[in-house]
Amino acid sequence: MTALLSISGVTAFYGAVQALRGVDLEVGKGEIVALIGSNGAGKSTLMMSIFGNPRVRDGKILFDGQDITHMPTHEIARLSIAQSPEGRRIFARMTVFENLQMGAAVAQNVGFDDNLEKVFAIFPRLKERQKQRGGTLSGGEQQMLAIARALMSNPKLLLLDEPSLGLAPLVCKQIFETVKRLNEQEGLSVFLVEQDAHHALKLAHRAYVLVNGAVTMSGRGADLLRDPKVRAAYLEGGAH
Amino acid sequence: MPAEKMLRALREAGWATLVVAGLSFPIIAYRAEPDFNNLLALQPRWPLFLQFCAAAFLLRFFLSLWSGGEAKVKPARVWPKLPWLGPLLLAGLTVYPLAVVALLGPQAALKWIDTYGVQILIYVLLGWGLNITVGLAGLLDLGYAAFYAVGAYAYALLAPLTGLGFWALLPVCGLLAAFWGFCIGFPILRLRGDYLAIVTLAFAEIVRIVLINWDVVTHGEAGLFGFPGLNFFGLPFIPGPRGFAAHFGLPFQGVQKQIFLYYLVLVLALLANLVSLRLRRLPLGRAWEALREDEIACRALGLDTRNIKLTAFALGAFFAGIAGCLFALRQGFVSPSAFTFSESALILAIVVLGGGGSQLGVAVAAVFLVGASELLRELTFLKSVFGPDFDPAQYRMLLVGLAMVAMMNFRPRGLVSTRAPTVRLSNPSSGPSDHLLPQGEKGVAS
Ligand SMILES: Nc1ncnc2c1ncn2[C@@H]1O[C@H](COP(=O)(O)OP(=O)(O)OP(=O)(O)O)[C@@H](O)[C@H]1O
Ligand SMILES: [Mg+2]
Repeated sequence: MTALLSISGVTAFYGAVQALRGVDLEVGKGEIVALIGSNGAGKSTLMMSIFGNPRVRDGKILFDGQDITHMPTHEIARLSIAQSPEGRRIFARMTVFENLQMGAAVAQNVGFDDNLEKVFAIFPRLKERQKQRGGTLSGGEQQMLAIARALMSNPKLLLLDEPSLGLAPLVCKQIFETVKRLNEQEGLSVFLVEQDAHHALKLAHRAYVLVNGAVTMSGRGADLLRDPKVRAAYLEGGAH
Repeated sequence: MPAEKMLRALREAGWATLVVAGLSFPIIAYRAEPDFNNLLALQPRWPLFLQFCAAAFLLRFFLSLWSGGEAKVKPARVWPKLPWLGPLLLAGLTVYPLAVVALLGPQAALKWIDTYGVQILIYVLLGWGLNITVGLAGLLDLGYAAFYAVGAYAYALLAPLTGLGFWALLPVCGLLAAFWGFCIGFPILRLRGDYLAIVTLAFAEIVRIVLINWDVVTHGEAGLFGFPGLNFFGLPFIPGPRGFAAHFGLPFQGVQKQIFLYYLVLVLALLANLVSLRLRRLPLGRAWEALREDEIACRALGLDTRNIKLTAFALGAFFAGIAGCLFALRQGFVSPSAFTFSESALILAIVVLGGGGSQLGVAVAAVFLVGASELLRELTFLKSVFGPDFDPAQYRMLLVGLAMVAMMNFRPRGLVSTRAPTVRLSNPSSGPSDHLLPQGEKGVAS
């Protein structure tokens, strides 16, 4: 499998604080890769640094063979990487529909109607609410909007930072199923950061465990799910 | 419980009095006056100070008693859609100067067309321009008057130099201002919020000080005058055979020039409005709004925030340049004193009062702030109440302050706190979401 996204030896700092300590990670074409780790491990930092915010200090990030380490953020996004960031970052005073339009801006509105239909099929709630302002949506609805907005640009790679946050278990399950379907039917590659390690590992083809800014473990999702150390640190107590 | 209410009113009044006392102590309790040695001497004015405190106390006390002191949650009010409002306003604005001439005669109409018509429309134009930068793109610009000045000086300098008429110079003024908007935009791209505001403020001061000190070109404080004025497609507004009046076989009247200027400004303002409204429905306009909401998300969605900011700055400045040109045409005289910080502040107040983002709100705010402070000058009868020294025009800033306080109280989201969705869906059926809109969301077309 050729790597779509390849991160090697990446370090990142917030001032003097080192958040990433030489991370190596790969997402193959058509693969779902999960990243798990405790609070403050640096998962969101890694995801954002793919977009150059913060910029990595050492190391290299390749997308589709192209070096994007020092590319401006908006140009990275134009390479068809889409992101549903932590904290959602939807446009609060714009309507749901306008938010979705912004998501399609990068794709120059190619296939806008099809994509709109697609995300409305996934999230019928958004269709009902399309004239409502983003900021007045409920937390879970905002999460749906953030994911839908990311899907509007026909991405090759979708980055999801804690998509399950604030969602009802049923909706959460739906989203995971949607991700799986998009992956199987459309070959969408997904890089997923998740607190819900159980579901994330079940969904993912491969997974990485991030501890204190460094990858300590990686392997097939199903294997990690059985690993006693992973179970002890991320699954027990929240077991299903 | 009246006793409890009384007590609370007393307590609130006490606090208000303390605040007023603290604020007015340095400016009211003592007045610095030059004595016979021409040295500043402090003159105590304690009675006046006490009057202020007493007024604050009584005002707050009765206000608390009357309002119950508690914030009331008002039920959401759904504004009716007023499709006839736009055409009606337009018709009113079109007949306004003719109606005034018909009613008051050409001489008395001059003031009403010039001061209340042309001047207010120029401010509306300025407000709409700044609305793009501040209201839509969310870039706080405290130095908008700088671009206004660029437009005015561009006309005053280029008209005699190039011999071009204002039709040709109008876009030149706009473009020059936009160019400066671009130049100032570049270095401040990285700044946000307060820092951006400070730099724009400094830029405006630099422009003003250059205008004052670059004597050779700008004639300093004295300013520029005597540059060619308005003409009607080549026909100057002068008495005599070659003038506008003679050409059309009309008797010459000074008001003709004002009427023409009025329509010129009106058309340009409407054009600006059209451009703003159209742009908002285009990707660029939506990108401005998205930028205002979340810059990082914008970039992650592939928007080049640098270009978006620059266009917002430049287009706002373009409008100001046009307005500056019109200002020069109206006054026939430009000087640095017309482009001080208070000018920037006034335009910003118009935008804020208008409820950032709403076109109609900005226009209403301009009419209110500029029109009302002009009206203050007219209230000469107040002299008979407050004595002959009373100059009502000096209280215009008080009016602005009062308007702001009133707005914070009654319409915290601006006079017209609506922003028409930039996207209208084909079926405007009232879905379930309609009930969920917060107060004032559905509103007057803006
Ligand atoms: N903007 C910032 N400035 C300074 N430190 C930061 C900043 N953002 C994150 N950090 C720090 O970097 C570390 C990694 O943060 P990060 O957000 O990547 O964690 P995370 O793995 O996503 O955690 P969570 O699961 O809670 O979202 C944390 O210690 C955090 O305090
Ligand atoms: Mg995180």
